[in-house]
Amino acid sequence: MSVVFSRTKGLTEAETHYCPGCTHGIAHRLVGEALEELDLLGNTIGCSAVGCSILSYNYINVDMIECLHGRAPAVATGIKRVRPDSIVFTYQGDGDLASIGTAEIVHAAHRGENITVVFVNNAIYGMTGGQMAPTTLAGQKVTTAPAGRNPVINGMPLKVSEMLAQIPGAAYVERVSLHSPKEIRKAKRAIKKGLTCQVEKRGFSLIEVLSTCPTGWGLSPVDAVAWLEANMVPYYPLGVLKAPEGGKNV
Amino acid sequence: MAGIQGIPHIAVDRCKGCGLCVSVCPQSVLAISDGAVNVKGYQPAIVAEPERCIGCTSCALICPDVVISVERIPVKKEVKS
Ligand code: SF4
Ligand code: SF4
Ligand code: SF4
Repeated sequence: MSVVFSRTKGLTEAETHYCPGCTHGIAHRLVGEALEELDLLGNTIGCSAVGCSILSYNYINVDMIECLHGRAPAVATGIKRVRPDSIVFTYQGDGDLASIGTAEIVHAAHRGENITVVFVNNAIYGMTGGQMAPTTLAGQKVTTAPAGRNPVINGMPLKVSEMLAQIPGAAYVERVSLHSPKEIRKAKRAIKKGLTCQVEKRGFSLIEVLSTCPTGWGLSPVDAVAWLEANMVPYYPLGVLKAPEGGKNV
Repeated sequence: MAGIQGIPHIAVDRCKGCGLCVSVCPQSVLAISDGAVNVKGYQPAIVAEPERCIGCTSCALICPDVVISVERIPVKKEVKS
């Protein structure tokens, strides 16, 4: 008899506050498993953000610090610079990273800070009640655009990974999704690659994780993963956008 | 014939009844309880057809609340004539 799946030591025993079927919980688990498998749990400092993931410090089993809205990359920069041997990551949603935190993320990438960013994109502001985010899809109905996002007034959704990948200081950028077991396995590999990139001191790494918000989207959890695959993946294509030079294994 | 029998374990009181595990199980092992509620007040996932499980772990991979653990045991399956 062998146990082929059990709870990672990278998560605490706490039960999460997330809505039923919200895939934030999967992203948390992947971070915990990646840290455990790379034997980094005792040497990692996490920076949690503002939004639905604000309590991630209760769930991911490493020392964590809660950052002001959007400022996690700046906090991570400070920690990494005074503790260069610690592994430092941020866990930020799109309402945090892609709007109020745009300056911080762009300049952390621009400086080539040797940190890892887990960027969870669910195309909406979940915690505050389903408002439009910079990442909300064209036509997607949200509480602040009940007829759907109108690109003429609101612009097209921001492709954060594409924007950051073209910055010379960004070493590794990949977009993954959580809509199926197969994609979840790939997402974990990408998070491990991002952390490995940091261990090897290759510079800034960011993994964008397409995630669901069943509550904000007004869909059942099962319909939400189908919606993600059908609507988000075509606009936010999956794959590696930037890989470190000479880092074939990263 | 040698084969694999999977055993999914559901920590019922951690479950939020979202149904994602049910939707990805290739063997229709899992179901959402149609009556009982757990301590949180959700109708949890249950193992409805345990003998069908192949231990693929898809259910555990997609569960956002890390409710499911999976074991595999080797079994001798009778070849039906
Ligand atoms: S509001 Fe959306 S993102 Fe926030 S916990 Fe609920 S489903 Fe998840
Ligand atoms: S391990 Fe695979 S076959 Fe068994 S219950 Fe889970 S998804 Fe179904
Ligand atoms: S995926 Fe997890 S939380 Fe959702 S019904 Fe299945 S066991 Fe429960």
